Amino acid sequence: MSKKKLLRSSSFALAAAGVLALSACSSDLPADTGGTTGTTTAAGAPAGSEFFDQAEYDRQLALRSATPQGPADKPWEQALEPAMTDTAKYKKDGPYNICFSNASVDNPWRQVGWKTMQAEAELHPEIAKFTTLDAEAKDDKQISDIQSLTSQDCHALIVSPNTTATLTPAVEQACATGIPVITFDRGVNTECPVTAIHPIGGYAFGASAAEFLAKSIPAGGKVLGLRVLPGVDVLEHRWAAAEKIFAANGVQVVGAEFTGNDSAKAKSIVSDYLQREGKIDGIWMDDGTAAVPVLEAFEDAGAEAPAISGEDQQQFLEKWKSENLKAFAPTYPTYQWRTPVIAALKVLKGEQVPKEWILPQPVIETSTLDQYLTAGMPPLHYGLCGCKEMPGFPDKWK
Amino acid sequence: MTRRLKLTEGTLPVLVVLAILLVALAFAGPAFNEPAGYLALLKRAAPLMILAIGQYFVIVSGGFDLSVGSLVTAEVVIAARLIDGEEGATAWVLLFMLGFGALVGLVNGLITTRLLVPSFIVTLGMLLVLDGAVFLWTGGAPRGALSDAFRTVGRSGFEVPLLGQVPWSVVLLAVIVVAAVFFMRGGTGRTLVAVGDNETAVRLGGGRVERLRTLAFVLSGLSAAVAAVLLGGFAGVSAQVGDGLEFRVITAVVLGGVLLGGGRGSVVAAMAGALTLEALFSLLNLLGVSGGLESAVQGVIIIAAVAYASAGSNLFRHKVVNQEKKNVKEETAAQQ
Repeated sequence: MSKKKLLRSSSFALAAAGVLALSACSSDLPADTGGTTGTTTAAGAPAGSEFFDQAEYDRQLALRSATPQGPADKPWEQALEPAMTDTAKYKKDGPYNICFSNASVDNPWRQVGWKTMQAEAELHPEIAKFTTLDAEAKDDKQISDIQSLTSQDCHALIVSPNTTATLTPAVEQACATGIPVITFDRGVNTECPVTAIHPIGGYAFGASAAEFLAKSIPAGGKVLGLRVLPGVDVLEHRWAAAEKIFAANGVQVVGAEFTGNDSAKAKSIVSDYLQREGKIDGIWMDDGTAAVPVLEAFEDAGAEAPAISGEDQQQFLEKWKSENLKAFAPTYPTYQWRTPVIAALKVLKGEQVPKEWILPQPVIETSTLDQYLTAGMPPLHYGLCGCKEMPGFPDKWK
Repeated sequence: MTRRLKLTEGTLPVLVVLAILLVALAFAGPAFNEPAGYLALLKRAAPLMILAIGQYFVIVSGGFDLSVGSLVTAEVVIAARLIDGEEGATAWVLLFMLGFGALVGLVNGLITTRLLVPSFIVTLGMLLVLDGAVFLWTGGAPRGALSDAFRTVGRSGFEVPLLGQVPWSVVLLAVIVVAAVFFMRGGTGRTLVAVGDNETAVRLGGGRVERLRTLAFVLSGLSAAVAAVLLGGFAGVSAQVGDGLEFRVITAVVLGGVLLGGGRGSVVAAMAGALTLEALFSLLNLLGVSGGLESAVQGVIIIAAVAYASAGSNLFRHKVVNQEKKNVKEETAAQQ
């Protein structure tokens, strides 16, 4: 009996060893591409990657230093290098019914934006009705939402697409009904909307963060990249730009891991890397949600705080200020949720709007931190909401 | 001597694997040259190990609890909203969390035992209900913040000479492990295993099958509440904290040699399974294997462990079937 048991246990151990061996074999690949020796491969990778477009990369990096047109104190009304389009054919008298097909409000960024957008709509008495359908992050629901909205008496339709390719035909159909269509945040693959509103983009975001890290860490220092998910173009652009900048500056990228936007996972990953590498000089993030747990991983390990790029989220900004961190926040401003409402009204009044409405994308540095940090806001609030002067602030955003 | 060996039926293989992994860890990373590395591993594994204890009670009595992951998320999100950064609220919110966990377990248990809906379906439904409720309530983004006092257990520890920092979560884990082992050695624990093995026999012997099964779900709900305290403490508020935990914990329990369908396996082995899984992931990470492999490894483990268990249990069952007829209680003890 005990012999049989021994046999069984050893066969189990063997199986487990097999699993281990298997994983050790497949580890060759990531170690070569993502590991310390991989920076050279990584340097060449973005150019060939399906998510890398050199022309767009150059354009976005240049746009960062372009002078925006429009009122300086209202970045949500500004535009970078706008090519104006005529909207006379959409001119109508108010009051208006403006419709909005929202992809979802399933993360804090979208929640802050959505509150800001509602506040913007309330600012304009000529908007009699603001009809919204929430697609709950489902493409099929958004397609039917758009169809349902176009069959109602909407004067203008705003769309924040859930995904690019799948929503393109739905947006084209909406355009074909003759109402002015405005897209913002993510885009669609068609020229039919009157205006497509978005900040500069992912390359600018990723590159700004990487440039900050490259100059903030010692020569040849180690940087860990923390990414949210693979396969989302905006996020891929962020990392593709970062890889390029890191390679050009001789920064050692010790790894790039996906956190799935889970704070606990992000913290565990960082703890593991600290054990493995001993010291990490910089953290690059393509989304700042887990920035605070990541910093806590350093604290809990008794390690010195790294140079870190996060986002304009309140809890990160607070920690940055109170602990005088070496930090940086490229942003994807939530104030862009104000712009589509403004654009819809301009179009309905027959005023010109930029065909591609590129909003400025400010970065937060230690010197400008105070400008974006508002005491008393909830931890997941975004500093660049452009909502400080709006009626109902701050209570509506809490 | 044979009797002692019998007590570890199903426990030995996982302990062997665990030992191999721990030795491998010592070679793979400098952090595991000191106790601190292993304590950090235990701290990381504590929530899963506690969940594994709860899941063990349910699985060994013949059920499944798929709702634990979403219950953990719900608990963390609710706690953050109720505490909202106020230190004074910590104590009653902790009590509330335990109550909520027990309540969810009670509902799972009552629907399973009284309405005779398979537990797989009940807890799958509960998973969806909790996910949906959390989404409705928060709109996808958790609000509020956890207090520092709340986070202490999951995050910090106390200094011990020679060992370094001993995390509070490890102390809590130790207490729960001892309690679980005593519970399983007692009459109720043994009958619980018997329920999973042969419900009719227990019923004929005067055992309260429905009550025991419900108790298992309540204990699982409680373990999810405790795990939520540890996970929320470890990394703060997140609406993703419990994602996929239900599969991870079932993997852990199966890895510990606990028979799906009930009736066999020890609680220590279930916990060892959870620790093994975490040690395996740590090792993969130290070897530089990408995170994407984690799911694949979990899948392989589930299939391999169940295949092994079914091959093993066939052999096992032939041997014990006669003895079982003679004395059900004796048999349950053997499985412990």
